[in-house]
Amino acid sequence: MDYDVRLGLTPTDLQLREIQTKRPDEWVDLNPDDCVELRLIQEQFPGSVVQTRLFRGEKTIVIRKDNVVGICMMLRDSPETNYNYLSDITCFDRLDIMDEDAGELRFEVIYNIYSLGTFQRLRLKAQVDEDDAHIDTVEIIWPNANWNEREVYDMFGISFNNHSDMRRILMPDDWIGHPLRKDFPLGGEEIEFTHNVRAQ
Amino acid sequence: MALIERELTEKPLVQRMGVGIDAEIVQTDDGDRMIVNMGPQHPSTHGVLRLVVELDGENVMKATPHIGYLHTGLEKTMENMTYYKALTITDREDYLSNLMNNLAYSMAVEKLIDCDIPPRARRLRLILNELERIASHLLWLGTHALDIGAMTLFFYTWRERDAILDMKEMMSGVRMMTSWICPGGLRGDMPEGWFHKVNRFVADFPRRLDEYNRLISKNPIFIERLSGVGVISAEDAVAWGLSGPSLRGSGVAWDIRKANPYTGYDEVEFDVPTGTKGDVYDRFLCRMEEMKQSQRILVQALKNVPGGPVMTSDRKIAPPPRAELDTSMESLIHHFKLFTEGYHPPIGEAYAAVESARGENGYYIYSDGSNKPARVKIKGPSFNNLQALPKMAEGRMIADVVAIIGSIDIVLGDIDR
Repeated sequence: MDYDVRLGLTPTDLQLREIQTKRPDEWVDLNPDDCVELRLIQEQFPGSVVQTRLFRGEKTIVIRKDNVVGICMMLRDSPETNYNYLSDITCFDRLDIMDEDAGELRFEVIYNIYSLGTFQRLRLKAQVDEDDAHIDTVEIIWPNANWNEREVYDMFGISFNNHSDMRRILMPDDWIGHPLRKDFPLGGEEIEFTHNVRAQ
Repeated sequence: MALIERELTEKPLVQRMGVGIDAEIVQTDDGDRMIVNMGPQHPSTHGVLRLVVELDGENVMKATPHIGYLHTGLEKTMENMTYYKALTITDREDYLSNLMNNLAYSMAVEKLIDCDIPPRARRLRLILNELERIASHLLWLGTHALDIGAMTLFFYTWRERDAILDMKEMMSGVRMMTSWICPGGLRGDMPEGWFHKVNRFVADFPRRLDEYNRLISKNPIFIERLSGVGVISAEDAVAWGLSGPSLRGSGVAWDIRKANPYTGYDEVEFDVPTGTKGDVYDRFLCRMEEMKQSQRILVQALKNVPGGPVMTSDRKIAPPPRAELDTSMESLIHHFKLFTEGYHPPIGEAYAAVESARGENGYYIYSDGSNKPARVKIKGPSFNNLQALPKMAEGRMIADVVAIIGSIDIVLGDIDR
């Protein structure tokens, strides 16, 4: 078939979904002089920042996954940043938009962190490769990372090293696959009727 | 690229629970422990929460929430809908504060497409949000009291909540899932007589609130039942990511309406009530006071509602008025394009959060330049709030667990998504 069966997409869908991959002009790089978070990371963990951007007033810093615990610890404990509140952890599967030739990695684990002192929000992204889908847990920094990381594991199949309870959280324990990955089909589960119920 | 592999992790702690066994005795070094399965069909769990509690006599030694019974894949569904259609899914997430979810999603989309909304729409959004907060808190108050054994209040609170649902019905024709707040403004203006209805409700509400307070807040049995139960300190509450009244009950005065004002909350005056001890009764008082503050906001907001349109004039985002379709070819094209293809926000990502009745309710959207969001993450407040439940319940009596679940006011649709 000439259209993408895996995603359940019809030719019309594919035509409408013209995905653009080029970087828009509206993205601006963060300046280390204005952005204290970026300056601290560059000073203390040289070489770990991959890219930064400012879009619609929201700060995003993309880092390598190796130093994620150190960087998070520093962002929480440094009095200038004081990111003491973790809103959530999520993930983004860049399967459709990644440029493999440019060495882009498939997953981005996204830490949505907030400071209850300065009321600032920061989006910290750690790049994770498809073949090595592991990243260190930040449970020791923000305890509520526990369930959020379990959800990322459940939905995207990225497991967290040193996590205290690395199990599925929303899907059943014997579920196969990770539903929010882009190559997981929509409506992939067969609906059980009386005529097609599997023998127990 | 086939990545759907089988990954079985270690077996859950209590494997046989939930398959027809409700209680089991296990022997440990410290004596016999009883493991009890609460839920997922227990009425006091407010939905389909399942708690496995390990008991020593009547004391809870360990409580483990098991979630996912209401998981319907809302995020995946939204990623396969256009931006305009995905709005209807947000109603089904936290199904007791629908308009707040609409607002959070709309704010995130508006940030992406960078559009301004008219002042009248901003003000009406604020009014609708505060009405929704009152409705949600009224439902909480009724069921929380019912869990504890005070049945009378339930009938009073549902009477007032019904009045708010009537307002939503009058405005949109739907009582709960209205989708009335949409990217660009509101779906439509309020009908004739709507403001009269709201004004009458707002004027009457303090009297009702006094009635509830007389019935329950100062009741010695009620106070005795709730004081000192389910204590969580301010440090723990922040570390576990609690938000909303559950966090403020511990004395942390963080309210997104004050901290990062949206939709005109900086134009009205209100206080953020906080507790001191962080127990169930403090959280109870916070919510009661919040209803009072919501009424105060409503009185100010209703005083001078700006005139004008309630939807942005940008035809790429807002559907044209129905009457124009008969005369203008261009309007017809816009209408057709909007409802079939939708709009294409630029590549980028946005996060918008509102203070819902339960806490921080946020939407993270990544746009890949197409007409459907590449990633939608719903940050529901109840997810983090429930996670701290073992922290509050362990070491207490089993009867207190029900009171604690009521006090964090969880909605399972918000947790499982």
